[in-house]
Amino acid sequence: MVQSIVLSGVAVGCIYALIGITYNVMFSASRVFSFTAGTLGMLGGVLGSLFMARMGLPVLVGLILALAGGALLGIATEIVAVRPVLRSLDQHLYVLSTLALALMVQQFTAIEWGTDARPFPRLFDVASRNFDQRFWLPMLACVVVIVGLELLYRHSLVGRAFLAIAEDTYAARALGLPERSLRMASYALAGIIGTLAGFAGGELLLAFFGNAPMLTFYGFVPVALGGMGNNRGAVIAGLLLGLFQQAANFLVGGIFASVAVFGVFIIVLLARPEGLAGAAAQRRV
Amino acid sequence: MVGTALPFLALLLVGAAFPLFGGGYWGVIATRACVYWVLVSGLNLVVGFAGQIAIGWVALLTLGAYATSVLAAGNIMPPLPPYVALAAAAAVGAVFGLIVGLPALRLRTFYFAITTLGFATIVTQVALAWQSVTGGGVGVPGPGFPPPFSSLWGFYYFCFGLAALCTWMTANIAASRFGRALAAIRDAEVAAEASGISKTALLVSVFLFSGAVAAVAGGLFASLQSYITPDAFTLDLSVLFFIAILIGGRGSILGPLLGTVLLTVLPEFAAPLVAWSTFLYAVLLLVIVLAMPGGIAEILDFKNRRPLASDRAIIPRPELLPQLLGAPNGAAGALTLEQVALSFGGVHAIDGLDLEIHPGQVHGLIGPNGSGKTTTLNVISGYYAQQSGTVRLNGAALPVFARERRARMRIARTFQTPRIVGSASVLENVMIGGTIDGQATFVESLLSLPRHRRDELMLHDTAELALSIVGLAQLAPVRADRLQHSELRFTEIARALMLRPAFLLLDEPAAGLSANEITRLGALVVAVARAGTGVLLVEHHADLIFEICQHVTVLNLGKKLAAGTPAEIRSHREVVNAYLGG
Repeated sequence: MVQSIVLSGVAVGCIYALIGITYNVMFSASRVFSFTAGTLGMLGGVLGSLFMARMGLPVLVGLILALAGGALLGIATEIVAVRPVLRSLDQHLYVLSTLALALMVQQFTAIEWGTDARPFPRLFDVASRNFDQRFWLPMLACVVVIVGLELLYRHSLVGRAFLAIAEDTYAARALGLPERSLRMASYALAGIIGTLAGFAGGELLLAFFGNAPMLTFYGFVPVALGGMGNNRGAVIAGLLLGLFQQAANFLVGGIFASVAVFGVFIIVLLARPEGLAGAAAQRRV
Repeated sequence: MVGTALPFLALLLVGAAFPLFGGGYWGVIATRACVYWVLVSGLNLVVGFAGQIAIGWVALLTLGAYATSVLAAGNIMPPLPPYVALAAAAAVGAVFGLIVGLPALRLRTFYFAITTLGFATIVTQVALAWQSVTGGGVGVPGPGFPPPFSSLWGFYYFCFGLAALCTWMTANIAASRFGRALAAIRDAEVAAEASGISKTALLVSVFLFSGAVAAVAGGLFASLQSYITPDAFTLDLSVLFFIAILIGGRGSILGPLLGTVLLTVLPEFAAPLVAWSTFLYAVLLLVIVLAMPGGIAEILDFKNRRPLASDRAIIPRPELLPQLLGAPNGAAGALTLEQVALSFGGVHAIDGLDLEIHPGQVHGLIGPNGSGKTTTLNVISGYYAQQSGTVRLNGAALPVFARERRARMRIARTFQTPRIVGSASVLENVMIGGTIDGQATFVESLLSLPRHRRDELMLHDTAELALSIVGLAQLAPVRADRLQHSELRFTEIARALMLRPAFLLLDEPAAGLSANEITRLGALVVAVARAGTGVLLVEHHADLIFEICQHVTVLNLGKKLAAGTPAEIRSHREVVNAYLGG
């Protein structure tokens, strides 16, 4: 029992952590949060099921196409919902524009794909065991993304350019960095990460349009608790969230597990609004 | 006044006469629009006026619907009459409105939006799980109201009456100091604090009201549906309410009203598109946000399309000051700083500063950039907490970091960058400065009782006087975001004068002003001091400082470099080296 709670908790926690990283990558590039992160996760599962189960394409092709779809939505988010409102003086319009875009994609999926959860095919044709692929696939994806981002941000010029435009846009532009292309690339990367999370977690979460609002919330908890833009915090918080949720599911049942998670989230956030590892606000006056 | 009431009167007539030309089916649609508007009118104060992005407000509709139905059906106690059940649901809604809304005081915008979404999901899930009370997935019957409200048109008039009442109440709040304070919190929070507006107290009132009203809407909704199940309260509904306000335009009552009616009626005209309705709402939201953030209200704002004169000049009338500030109060004490120190990490922003500002004097504070001038001003006005030392008013130590309490002590300030509510008129912006002088409570304003009307008259007249003093009387009805930079600076001074300040702190008021305007500003500041106010003038324009100040303090690297009369400072060797040059 404990083993199954730990396995499913860590697996689901890795998915939440990856969505949290998606939020963070978008935040790092533009200083705004986007509601499309959860939708990207949902699309990973839906597109994967569409390409592999419905169209019968091989796993690798299905993965690449799904990631491409995610990158497209990421770029669309940047062009349509983020870039136009960054220029405006009203700071909070991005909440509404990204919400609108996320809703459009969710509704479109609900209408075209259907509102039932469709099965996600098994990626590797092996018999089901204790440490099954539906558990270690999300964990593998999480490790790959973390290592990849670490290499990108610390050891490549492009990665350091990403960090530069996040830190100080004007200085970066003055140095000649192509701010707009870098931000689009960052959003495309975020799209890929989000879709990968949904794809790797497809066997656990299935291809279901209702994953979008669920992942929007549960993917944000690691960001809120781990601190804005803090990927390591997001991973730790994501794993803890996954474990807590599965344990609560087992102990008190599904509905009250959600209430428990939400309750803990609110309490922690009210006690420390910047997150457990976050930084305080800047100068206002 | 008649002009603004006209659209509402027209809608009232159309609504009252509706049964004459609408059939039974349209009666249901119209009733639904009224019920939605009851909720949206309250949510409008939260989203449109206070600027809190509460996306999951459908939670309160659910709570109200179930509370009314359960209490009327008698699932947990003997059945209550439907009106009592509705009132009880309103109380429940008020409490939960507060619970859902309070995190807004601590959390950033996006975080708060997410928590309201989470809350909406939780409420629906609890409704599903608590089968003994809510009937779980099977649901409960809605409350039935006794005659004359049991028929279709009877119930329509009941809901219409409540909708009209909510419109009237929220319009009263919008035109009260509370409505203006909400807009200030939304768009110029720093200025709101300086005017003494308590965000907590105000938001608590608003959440209680909005929650109660949303729960009443829930009860009416349950009655309209005759039977409610948890899946009647989808996120789509929440989105609809939210978008109605955005389409209508923030800070308006008429706009969201039209928006609600529009969104309720739209699916009826596009029958094949009903499945796509939420998709289309989202597209509409995106278009509004990108193209027309002001919504319907901005489209209908005809009077702000009239061009302004391009050769306007600001001509203050300082001779009117005694009318506003009264006779100089000879007994007033000084504002002193004693050994105040504040460091940001390793940077000593202020390093043991002593300062004295006397009433009736203009005290200049100058120094190079980074010398601590604005930091000093922020400490005096309570935005920064000093790490050691005391700030005293009349000998009594001022509470540290208590920026909202400075207004009651008649310490007013302006800001380095003008903090103005762009979508409000200049007059309304100035009236914000006098918020703490209003006597009427939130409920009195809600019901437009005599004390509220007296407040409004007093604030209106005082603000007009203040605007005449600074020379902007002719721009009073104009939207503030149409003004030039220099006019915004003078608007801030008018707003500060509304407090009848004992001490006025000005943060670089001459920045961006033309030479003529600086001269007039100087004359105005001198007149304010002569009327008995102590003025602290932080400035870079050395000429202005030397011309109007009785006393000048020079800061450098957080320490006092020199202090004395302008003549002494102008020739002081260290000051010349560090700052003045020549």
